[in-house]
Amino acid sequence: MDWHTCSFYVLSVMILGSALMVVSLRNIVHCALFLAFTFMGVAGVFALLHAEFLAAVQVLIYVGAITVLILFAVMLTQKTIGISLKQTNRLAPLAVLSAVTFLCMIAVIALNTTFPTSGQHTVAVSTQTIGSAILGNGSYVVPFEVASILLLAAMVGAIVIARGQDN
Amino acid sequence: MIAVHHYIFLSAALFAVGIYGVIARRNAVGVLMSIELMLNAVNINLLAFARYVTPTTLTGQVFAVFVITVAAAEVAVGLALVINVYRNMDHINVDDINLMKW
Repeated sequence: MDWHTCSFYVLSVMILGSALMVVSLRNIVHCALFLAFTFMGVAGVFALLHAEFLAAVQVLIYVGAITVLILFAVMLTQKTIGISLKQTNRLAPLAVLSAVTFLCMIAVIALNTTFPTSGQHTVAVSTQTIGSAILGNGSYVVPFEVASILLLAAMVGAIVIARGQDN
Repeated sequence: MIAVHHYIFLSAALFAVGIYGVIARRNAVGVLMSIELMLNAVNINLLAFARYVTPTTLTGQVFAVFVITVAAAEVAVGLALVINVYRNMDHINVDDINLMKW
């Protein structure tokens, strides 16, 4: 077992274990902290896939920004912070059933498909290639601009919604 | 060198955990966290196919950048909605937010 396989399994156990903690723990603050662990593991998987730029973006945006935003929302919305409450509703058995069904379905489909993997082992330098793919000629310039408009609209919308009516 | 199936199984398992969380959590912030888990699973899948199927053009990584952008916008608006719901109803239990349910 080489280091690549070994680190893949370590990261998988870390990701799935902390993801299960996120959906099952009773204290929502602990859930948010385990969510940060999950995001760190996913960043490690990105680095294993030679996506160094996206691994850095994952750490910056998910671990740095989204987890902090979620923790702020938790602290603004819980009177009962630190108290553990029952966190699942009566649909929990049905939810387990649908999740397991989905997993089995994907596993069967993936095992019966031969993907057109290229045997090529030379990988493009990710940051440079992504930059020229987004902003080079005839590429993804229009989706890039649409994404910036989406971010602007989301920012304005979040401020307007969270500001409240009376002030 | 491990095969692309390993990454597909990891991403499917993470997505299944997210499905369970979205259906079963009572806390609206917990539902948003589960949605983030599902979006991360999608990103793993996109990057795995970018690495194994098109290792020189990396189109999947470009799409993952867009997915991360949309996820950031989604979590900002979603948490603003959750805070507003809490202000109006004094709780964020999604089972009891049924004013618009017919």
